[in-house]
Amino acid sequence: MCHQSVGLIARAAEEAGIPTISMTSALDITQAVKPPRSVFVNFPLGHQTGKPHQPELQRSIILDAFRALETIATPGTIVTLPYVWDDSDDSWEDREYRPGYLTPYTRAESVR
Amino acid sequence: MSPVAYIPRTREMYPDYPPYRWVVNEGSPWTPLAKPLNRCKVALISSGGVYRVGQPAFHTRDDASYREIPRDVAIEDLRVAHFGYRTEDAEKDPNCVFPIERLRELEAEGVIGKLADPAYSFMGGIYSARKVKKELAPQLVARLKEDNVDVFYLVPA
Repeated sequence: MCHQSVGLIARAAEEAGIPTISMTSALDITQAVKPPRSVFVNFPLGHQTGKPHQPELQRSIILDAFRALETIATPGTIVTLPYVWDDSDDSWEDREYRPGYLTPYTRAESVR
Repeated sequence: MSPVAYIPRTREMYPDYPPYRWVVNEGSPWTPLAKPLNRCKVALISSGGVYRVGQPAFHTRDDASYREIPRDVAIEDLRVAHFGYRTEDAEKDPNCVFPIERLRELEAEGVIGKLADPAYSFMGGIYSARKVKKELAPQLVARLKEDNVDVFYLVPA
């Protein structure tokens, strides 16, 4: 849902004359809503600009996004960045966002 | 492994609800980047539910409000309220979804011309696409225009 909302806002900004660059970690949603320019980082939701307390990784992802902003020439392009979530875990995508995700992992109580 | 297919998995998560009608667009609007990034004013927005201590937290689904967060905010003054993703890491380090410290550094190094003040934040779990298009997006775009922003950097969560 986040990715849909962000995509809609990016489109509105671009229609109003402001260039945009969007992160995404939900490729199928972004492909559907089509923000003007996106970079895909294949990480679990909540890490679109990197892992906690890893400033070099965060910086590198942001710089890649800005490079995409300067180079994408076709509206709707999604550039896939080469970051790997965890070298020792090649199946997190299989487990992620399945029924049960909202509890106990998602902090429903974080909506205070 | 291939990327997580969130649209079918969302369906699996909510078997008792009618299928959500995701927005599907043909084509994208386009504004070319008019000048080099090191001369651009860049505004950050995150949908990760980040807010500053003292501001109202985000409510549950369909809260289409947004917060203005001063660009020089102390990172320890940021909080996270979002029902749709695991917020633990963003709570430890908001830069995971709201990379304000990294952008301040990139401004200091001259990679971007200027980091806009304020940065923006909302809670992206808004089911009503109409609400986003008719309420939230126009308000944000108007603020960016007032502030003469050149580039909008968007981070979902």
